[in-house]
Amino acid sequence: MKINIEGLLVYFPYDYIYPEQYSYMLELKRTLDAKGHGVLEMPSGTGKTISLLSLIVAYQKAFPLEVTKLIYCSRTVPEIEKVVEELRKLMEFYSKETGESNNFLALALSSRKNLCIHPEVSALRFGKEVDGKCHSLTASYIRAQRHSNADLPACSFYEEFDAVGRQVPLPAGVYNLDDLKDFGRRKGWCPYYLARYSILHANIVVYSYHYLLDPKIADLVSKELSKKSIVVFDEAHNIDNVCIDSMSVNITRRTLDNCHKNVDTLQNTIQKIKETDTAKLKEEYRRLVEGLKEANVARETDVYLANPVLPDEILREAVPGTIRTAEHFVGFLRRFLEYLKSRLRVQHVVQESAPQFLKDIFDKVCIDRKPLRFCAERLQSLLRTLEIADIADFSAVTLISNFATLVSTYSQGFTIIIEPFEDRTPTIANPVLHFSCMDPSIAIKPVFQRFQSVIITSGTLSPLDIYPRILDFRPVTVASFTMTLARTCLCPLIVGRGNDQVALSSKFETREDFAVIRNYGNLLLEMSAIVPDGIVAFFTSYVYMENIVAAWYEQGILENIQRNKLIFIETQDAAETSMALEKYQEACENGRGAILLSVARGKVSEGIDFVHHFGRAVIMFGVPYVYTQSRILKARLEYLRDQFQIRENDFLTFDAMRHAAQCVGRAIRGKTDYGLMIFADKRYARADKRGKLPRWIQEHISDGSLNLTVDETVHLSKHFLRQMAQPFRQEDQLGLSLLTLEQLQSEEMLQKIAQIAHQT
Amino acid sequence: MASLSEEVLLVLKKVRQRKQDGTLYLMAERIAWGPEGKDRFTVSHLYADIRCQKISPDGKAKVQLQLVLHTGESTTFHFSNESSAIKDRDAAKELLQQLLPKFKKKANKELEEKNRMLQEDPVLFQLYKDLVVSQVISAEEFWANKLGGVNNTDPALFNNKQEVGISGAFLADIRPQTDGCNGLRYNLTADIIESVFRTYPAVKEKYSENVPHNLTEKEFWTCFFQSHYFHRDRINTGTQDIFSECAKQDEKGLKSMVIQGVKNPFVDLLTLDDKTLDEGYGVSTTLPSTSNANRTVKESSNYAIIKRFNHHSAMVLAAGSRKGETPTDQASETSSTDGNSRDSDFFQPPVKKVKLQEAIEYDDLQRVNRPKTVPLNLKKSDRYAHGPVPLQSQQYTTSQEIINSVNYIRHEMANYKPNLTQVLSSTVASSAIAALSPGGVLMQTGAQQAINQMIPTEVQGELKHLYVAAGELLRHFWSCFPVNTPFLEEKVMKMKSNLERFQMTKLRPFQEKIQRQYLSTNLTGHLEEMFQTAYNKFHAWQTRRMMRKT
Repeated sequence: MKINIEGLLVYFPYDYIYPEQYSYMLELKRTLDAKGHGVLEMPSGTGKTISLLSLIVAYQKAFPLEVTKLIYCSRTVPEIEKVVEELRKLMEFYSKETGESNNFLALALSSRKNLCIHPEVSALRFGKEVDGKCHSLTASYIRAQRHSNADLPACSFYEEFDAVGRQVPLPAGVYNLDDLKDFGRRKGWCPYYLARYSILHANIVVYSYHYLLDPKIADLVSKELSKKSIVVFDEAHNIDNVCIDSMSVNITRRTLDNCHKNVDTLQNTIQKIKETDTAKLKEEYRRLVEGLKEANVARETDVYLANPVLPDEILREAVPGTIRTAEHFVGFLRRFLEYLKSRLRVQHVVQESAPQFLKDIFDKVCIDRKPLRFCAERLQSLLRTLEIADIADFSAVTLISNFATLVSTYSQGFTIIIEPFEDRTPTIANPVLHFSCMDPSIAIKPVFQRFQSVIITSGTLSPLDIYPRILDFRPVTVASFTMTLARTCLCPLIVGRGNDQVALSSKFETREDFAVIRNYGNLLLEMSAIVPDGIVAFFTSYVYMENIVAAWYEQGILENIQRNKLIFIETQDAAETSMALEKYQEACENGRGAILLSVARGKVSEGIDFVHHFGRAVIMFGVPYVYTQSRILKARLEYLRDQFQIRENDFLTFDAMRHAAQCVGRAIRGKTDYGLMIFADKRYARADKRGKLPRWIQEHISDGSLNLTVDETVHLSKHFLRQMAQPFRQEDQLGLSLLTLEQLQSEEMLQKIAQIAHQT
Repeated sequence: MASLSEEVLLVLKKVRQRKQDGTLYLMAERIAWGPEGKDRFTVSHLYADIRCQKISPDGKAKVQLQLVLHTGESTTFHFSNESSAIKDRDAAKELLQQLLPKFKKKANKELEEKNRMLQEDPVLFQLYKDLVVSQVISAEEFWANKLGGVNNTDPALFNNKQEVGISGAFLADIRPQTDGCNGLRYNLTADIIESVFRTYPAVKEKYSENVPHNLTEKEFWTCFFQSHYFHRDRINTGTQDIFSECAKQDEKGLKSMVIQGVKNPFVDLLTLDDKTLDEGYGVSTTLPSTSNANRTVKESSNYAIIKRFNHHSAMVLAAGSRKGETPTDQASETSSTDGNSRDSDFFQPPVKKVKLQEAIEYDDLQRVNRPKTVPLNLKKSDRYAHGPVPLQSQQYTTSQEIINSVNYIRHEMANYKPNLTQVLSSTVASSAIAALSPGGVLMQTGAQQAINQMIPTEVQGELKHLYVAAGELLRHFWSCFPVNTPFLEEKVMKMKSNLERFQMTKLRPFQEKIQRQYLSTNLTGHLEEMFQTAYNKFHAWQTRRMMRKT
C-alpha cells in the first residue's frame, strides 16, 4: 500500500499495516526532519525493520540531496541477511508499483569469512585465519614483490578486482552476502573488496555494529562514509557493552611474551633492511616529520569519520623525535614492555586511573605521555615500512601499542586494574592487567557527531531515558510503542512462591536453598506437562544452571520431566550448543516437545528466536543480575554514579531487566504467535523491577498475577493456552491490530494511533 | 484331550493349583495341569493365549508362577515340592521364557491383522458379514483374496506401520527400589531393554558380544546398572568395566555430531557473530577459563551430566526417527556432508533461503490470495440478505468502479422510459412460467432427484450393501478370466454357484421386500443386469470349453 506520512509518500510492501508501524514511521519521519537522533522502542515481531526501511527509503527518494545513505547496523549475520531480504521485498514492490527499474544500490557487508570465495582461503574455519591468509595474498608489498618474482601465490579474485573492478560501479540492485558471492564468482572478482569499495557509493549499507563502533575496524572500513547518512542501530539494547568492549584491553603474561617475540622480529627486520635498503627507512622518517597532516586535512573537511583512538590534537603534530627512527621506537617499545612486566609482578590487586599510571611510568622508566600517544600510529607506519606479511602475528604488539595510545589519550572514562590471580583460584598466579573502558560514549561519540541522524531501536530499550544518558547524546525523539493486540497473545506471570509457600528467588542468600531449587524444579515439571511443543528456560548464570541441573538430577526431577519432554542444555561450547539447538527444534517440529535450558546473557538468549511452537513458554529462573563482585563492574558503577548520576542499583536493575526482557521476548515474534512469559522470582513483583520492563510486557501483567504459586501458575497457563489454541484469523485482527489503507485514513483511527506512541 | 502324539517337554510334580495338588506339564504347544490321581487336565492353556508370566519374589515363602492370558484371566501355580520348589519354578519359567515369544509372534499376528482391517473398514466388515457370516463364501476364501489384495495394492501401507518412538524417560522407569537389605532391585521389561538397545547401539553391541558367552543376561544388566555409564554424574575414572568403551564411543558420536555442524544457519551459534573481538580486547575475556585444568570435581561432574543429557536426548530423538534397523542412515549422511565447508557451501543456500524467507514473512500483513473484494458496509444486514439478488455476479475490483457504476445506474434510471410495445403477451408469459415451474417441461430433470427421498433410508442402506457384496463377488468372478489353469477353472465354477446362491438368498428377498412396499422394482434392475452379464460370460465360456473338449 502507499501511505501518506505527514506529506511523505511511503511505499509499504504489504496490503495491511499494524497501527504501531504507522506510528513508528511518524516518529521516525519527525526525527529525520529534525536531523537529530532518536531512541525508539517497538516490540519484536511488529515489523520494525520493514517500517524503518520503507520510511527511510521513501525519504531518500524524496530528498536525495539531504540524505544520501542509510547505514543499517545489526548484530548478527542472520539478522543482517534478514534485513537485506526485507529490503529486497521493498525494492521489488517499488518497481512493481512504479514500473521503473530500481536505481538503488543496497548491499550487505560482512567479514572475509562470510564473503571469501577463494577456494583455499574460504575453507578455513575461523575468521582470524581467513583474514590472515587473505592478507598474506593481497597485501600491497606482496603484490609488488610479485612483479619481480611471479611464482609467489596470488589471489586471482583480488587481482581481477583490482584490475577492472573499480572502474564500473556495482550495478544497482539488492545484494545479500550470497548474491555478492555469486556476482563475484561470475565476474571473477573478490566479493569482499568489491563490497568494501561499493559501500562508498551505495545507497544502503547493512553491516554489523563493529564496522562503525570498533575504532580499529571503523578506521579501515567506514572512515569515508558520507556525512549525510542516516545510521540505524537495530537490536541496540546492548550497544553500550559493544562500545565498551571495543575500547577495552586486557594484558596477560602471554601477551607480553608474544609481544617480546614481535619486538625481536621487528628489530631483526630493521637490521636487515638497514643493510640492504636504508633509503626506505629515511623515506619513512621524512613522512613522520611531515606528520599526520594529511589525515588532519581530511578530517577538517569532513571526509573522515573521527577515530576515537586518534584524537584531534595528535593529528596536528608530528610524531615526536624520540620515537621517529625505527631503532629508537623499538627501544622505546622494549622499555614499555619491561615496565608492564614489572607491573604484572604485583602480589595484590591494584586499581588506578590513567593519570596515575602515566605518572608512575614516567617516574619509573621515564616514558613521557606524548610518545605514548603516538605509539599506535608509529607502529602502523613501521609495519607498513617493514612490509610485514602476516599482520595476525603482530596482534600482541599492536594490542600493546593501542593500549599505550589509549591510556595516554584519555584521562577519564578508563580504569586500570591489575589482578595477580583469579578470585576463584587464589593459589594460581595469573596476573592480568585490565584496561577497561567505563564510558560507552567515547566509542560512539564520533558516530553521533558525524552523521546527521542516528536511530537507536530495539524491542527492549526500557527505561528509555537511560540510553541517552549513558551514551551521552541528546535525542530529538524518544518513544516507546506498544503492541496492539486483537487477542492478548502474551501472558506474563510472576511466580513468587512454591506450593509450600516458600518464596522463590535466585538471590544470593537463598541460592543454595534446597527448597527453592526443588520448587523451581516443580515449576518446570508442571509446565512441561501442560505446555505444548517447546519450552525455553533461562537461568541467571552458567554456574547457577549447572548447580541446579545437578540438584534436579539427584532429586529425580529431570527424569520426571523427561517423561513429558526431551531436555537439551546450553553448554559453554558454541558448537555443542548449536547441535543441541538444532535437535531441540527437531523435537519441537516432530511433536515430541522439548525443553531447552539456557543462560541469560548467553549466546542463545541474544541471537536465537523461538518463533511459534519453538517457544510456547519462556521461564526465567531468577533475576539475571550481572556478577557484582567483579572489580571492573564496580569501577564502572562508580563512574556511572559520578559522571552520569546513575545510582548503582538503578543501573544493575536496568541491566538485569533488559536481559530478562530479552530472554522472555524471544518467544513472541509476531501477533499470530503466542507464548507464556514466566518470571520465577518474587523480586519481579516489586515496582522498581517491574517498571523497568518494556511497556508492551508491563501492561499485560495484572495485579492478580504478581505473586502466584506454582499451582496457580499452572492453572492460569492452562487457561491461556486453551484460549490461544483456538483458530486466529485475519478478520479478527482487522480494524484493531491490523489496518487497511481505508481504515488508516479514518480520523478516528488516527487519533487512536496517536496514543500508541508513548512519549517520555 | 491329551493326544498321545504331543511332545511333553517338562513334567513337574507337586504343583498346586487352587489348593489342589497336581502335576504340571509343559508341552510343545500348551501348558497343562492335572490334579493328582486323575488322567485329565483341568487347566490347559495354549502358549499362544498366554500374554505373560509372573513369578513371586525370591524372598517369599510361597513359590508361585502366574500366567496371565490375553483375555485377562490368570492362573496361579504354587510349587510345593519342599526340596526343589524354586528349582522347579525356575525350570518352568526358563522354558516358558523360551517358548512364549515364539508363539506370541506367530499366532496373533495374522488374527490381529484381520481384526484390525475389519475394525478400520466398516464396508469390509459389512461385506464380511454378508458373505462369510451368511456362508456365501468361506472365510479363507474371503481373506485369501483380501489380504493378498491389500498386499498388492499398497504394500507400503501394510508393512510400514508407524514406528513407535522411545519414551524420553525410559531410564527413569527403571528407578531402583531398595529391597530392604542393602540391595537395589531394578525392574527391566522387554520394552525397556529394547529402548536401551535402540538408544544406545553401543550397549547392544556389548550385549551381543558378551551374552551369553562371557556373562549371563542378569550379570550383564547388573554390570550395566553399576557402571558409571548408567550413573551419569559419575566420571569415567578409567575403571575397567565393559561399558567404559561405550562411553568413549558415545563421546566420539557426540563429537562427530558436533563437528558435522548444523544445517540450519539460523541456529549456528558459531557463525552468528560477524566480527569477534580480537584476542586481548573486550571486558570479560578472562572469564571462561574453565577449560579443564582448574575445574573442581563437582564442576566437571555437573558438566558431565549436562553433556549426557544432551546426548541422551539426541539419541532418543535419533532412535525415534531412524527407519527400521538402519543406524547407518545417520552415518551416511555424515559422510556426505562431512563438515567440509566447501561441500556445505554448495548445499547450504536452499535451506538458508527457505529459512530466510520464513523469517521475514508476516502472513497477517499479507492479503490472502483471492480476488480483491470491496468491504461492504451494511447498515441493515437483513435487508441485504432478503433483498433482490443481481442476475449475474459481477466482480467489482475497486471502489472507484463501484462509484462509477452507481453513477451510471443513477444516470440510466433518470432517463428510463418503459418500452411498452415490446413486452410479451400475458399468455406467452404464463406458459413460460408454467414451463419453468417444478413439473413443467423444462424442469423434468428435477423429478429424478426425488428418488432418494422416495425410498426409505434403510432400504437405501440395504441396497448399498447388496451392491458392495455383489460387486465383491463379481470381482472374484471376473478375476478368474481368462481361465487358463485348472485352479481357476474350479474357482470360476464355484464363483458361479456363489453368484447364484447370492441371487437366491440375498437379492430375491430384497426384491420381494421392495415389492411389498410398492416401490418401483427397477431398483435392482442394474444388479440383475450385472449378474446376467456374468452368467452370459460363464455360459459362453462353458460352451466354448465343451466344444474344445469334444
